[in-house]
Amino acid sequence: MQIRSLEELNKIKQKSAGKIALRLHRDTTTTGKNILVCGGTGCHANESDKIIKILEALLKSRGMAEQVKVIRTGCFGFCEQGPIIKIEPDNVFYVRVGLKDAKAIVEEHIVNGRWVERLLYEDPQKKEKVNTQEEMTFYKKQLRVALRNCGLINPEDIYEYIAVGGYEALGKALTQMSRAEVIEIVKKSGLRGRGGGGFPTGLKWEITSKQEDEEKFIICNADEGDPGAFMDRSILEGDPHSVIEAMAIGAYAIGADKGIVYIRAEYPLAISRLTTALRQARELGVLGKGIFGTSFNFDVRLKYGAGAFVCGEETALINSCEGKRGEPNYKPPYPAEEGYWGHPTCVNNVETFANIPVIMTRGAEWFASIGTEKSKGTKVFALAGKINNVGLVEVPMGITFREIIFDIGGGIPHGKKFKAVQTGGPSGGVITEKGLDTPIDYDSLLEIGSMMGSGGMIVMDEDDNMVNIAKFYLEFTMDEACGRCVPGRIGTKRLFEMLHKITSGKATMADIDALKQLAYMVKDSSLCGLCQTAPNPVISTMKHFWHEYLAFVEDVDHPQGEGRYIPKNKIGLKS
Amino acid sequence: MTKPQEIDVMEPVEQEFPKEKYDELESFINSLETTKGALIEILHKAQHIFGYLPRDVQLFIARKLGIPGAEVYGVVSFYSYFTTKPSGKHTISVCMGTACFVRGADKIVEKFKERLGIESNETTEDGLFTIKDVRCIGACGLAPVVMVDDKVYGRVKVEDVDDIINIYRRKGAEVCR
Repeated sequence: MQIRSLEELNKIKQKSAGKIALRLHRDTTTTGKNILVCGGTGCHANESDKIIKILEALLKSRGMAEQVKVIRTGCFGFCEQGPIIKIEPDNVFYVRVGLKDAKAIVEEHIVNGRWVERLLYEDPQKKEKVNTQEEMTFYKKQLRVALRNCGLINPEDIYEYIAVGGYEALGKALTQMSRAEVIEIVKKSGLRGRGGGGFPTGLKWEITSKQEDEEKFIICNADEGDPGAFMDRSILEGDPHSVIEAMAIGAYAIGADKGIVYIRAEYPLAISRLTTALRQARELGVLGKGIFGTSFNFDVRLKYGAGAFVCGEETALINSCEGKRGEPNYKPPYPAEEGYWGHPTCVNNVETFANIPVIMTRGAEWFASIGTEKSKGTKVFALAGKINNVGLVEVPMGITFREIIFDIGGGIPHGKKFKAVQTGGPSGGVITEKGLDTPIDYDSLLEIGSMMGSGGMIVMDEDDNMVNIAKFYLEFTMDEACGRCVPGRIGTKRLFEMLHKITSGKATMADIDALKQLAYMVKDSSLCGLCQTAPNPVISTMKHFWHEYLAFVEDVDHPQGEGRYIPKNKIGLKS
Repeated sequence: MTKPQEIDVMEPVEQEFPKEKYDELESFINSLETTKGALIEILHKAQHIFGYLPRDVQLFIARKLGIPGAEVYGVVSFYSYFTTKPSGKHTISVCMGTACFVRGADKIVEKFKERLGIESNETTEDGLFTIKDVRCIGACGLAPVVMVDDKVYGRVKVEDVDDIINIYRRKGAEVCR
């Protein structure tokens, strides 16, 4: 069956409403239950699939398979406590569920109606059991916009997506709005690119739409290469249709009829969910020819990346899509002017796309009311490292680091002291105690020497040596630099070697001086963003943890301590 | 048309592959709507079929697409996902994402290297294990993470390394018996 109009979509929505009524607490009449099992990568690795099979078998043997449905959802975000099972409409949230616990859940909870006390989450501070998701400190300060459907719907069922209002935004855009109006809404919402740079999305769409060319493309950048960030993967795994819908809206706005999802080959689960979603969308006609009975045609294909961090940079990504080495090009021309095979191309990140359908249905004003003056909406962070509650968190822009790390993240484990938090991955910098009360948005992060990046947030405690951390990042960028420009190819290698010399205790003050100088040189002279930002971990750790660098160095230039070392050049640390 | 060039950068010992494998790759290439821009796609398929991308396979692809062998090798060597060496029976991937690193993944990878006597991206002499350090598995809640083939081991400690190796050694021995 093909959807030809908004009315037809609405009919399907009403028919499918029953599927999720229990979960949205809209159905109080039936005795049925939904058992939601997290199918995100973390929980999946913890055998959540086997738990599903056991649950299903147990329910079947009791003849309850009709009443009680087991549903594999996307990521709940609380990865530290996985595998996670939520029971609706009871609104009970079980954590760290093992294979053996499946029986207890069925026998105790489902059959006898008694909650399995030992599987409930215990608040580490209050030492009390917490029953519902809403009461957990981890969820209290969160606002899930991009992740709205993750952990709620079955990502492999398009009807569940339609039941929560999916594809309505596309329908409205195609049948009731002009291309310019769509762009206007996105511009008004203030949405900025969530991949790192923070370029205004509406403006990018407008520039692409104004190009005169028969053929245009829209590309979804799903090449999440930042080590320690997994939000794009979770969105694709948990809610692939929202990305597809947003791509179609974007394609309409800019005048493209072909879309590409450039995705890491290392993400097999995301690829399989996306492939299923694309097939279903084509079957229902929300992709393909004459969508919603209009003259608009659009389809999406997948292109696999092959493991190169630089391919997250849009010009490198386009080269990789063309089957070449993923080397970046000089900009301008920007991809919006000259991109895939020379045609105007709009490249947006997964999380950016995930925001689009909500903006279209709830309005630009609603979205713009969240966040700060220049950074609107919410941002998903992957909170990891030395922190109690590892997981994915989505918070309004403007929240402080302290709130994320200590309220949502539950603080530092084993009673250790907080030392620093690295944001923006290898391109970012560290933020120390002093920066904890900084409201998080694109500009304030840049001001304190870090950046938003894709949203990885790695917390470090007093045991971590910051020179080692800087070395770790430099090893990464050295490996990942494409080799096209000299500062990137040789500069990062020398930076790494110097750091290695320092950490092995063989360096002198002159080496540290040279390191400092080279860091700024690479920053100022590299071809693309990857290597321009590669020295950031060095610069920022030097700024905040200078004494740790000094601790590695014996003052061999002045062995008798006859004087302090005077730097040969005056390139200081710009504060 | 450009003639395929000889490339002489890989190890000379090459495994002979049955014709069926080449046929499979060829029919995949023929099934593509266009080969324009499809090189990476084809290499993915080839690595899936052959397990790795030896010189002969790269040259085969170059001839088939009418592009220089150097261009194929240029792409193969650029991306970390492509490998020109055969892998062992089991691939041990230690996640080297930042979350795993701050929780001690570097010590775990060192222990694996020490126990198996090989470096990253090398294979043990008995062909049982290959060590790889991967960028990020995206299971940061379980950090540090080790993945053997498709099986994920979370919250791994240095002491667990021997146990993990032994599981697969034992598996190998069972097959021999």
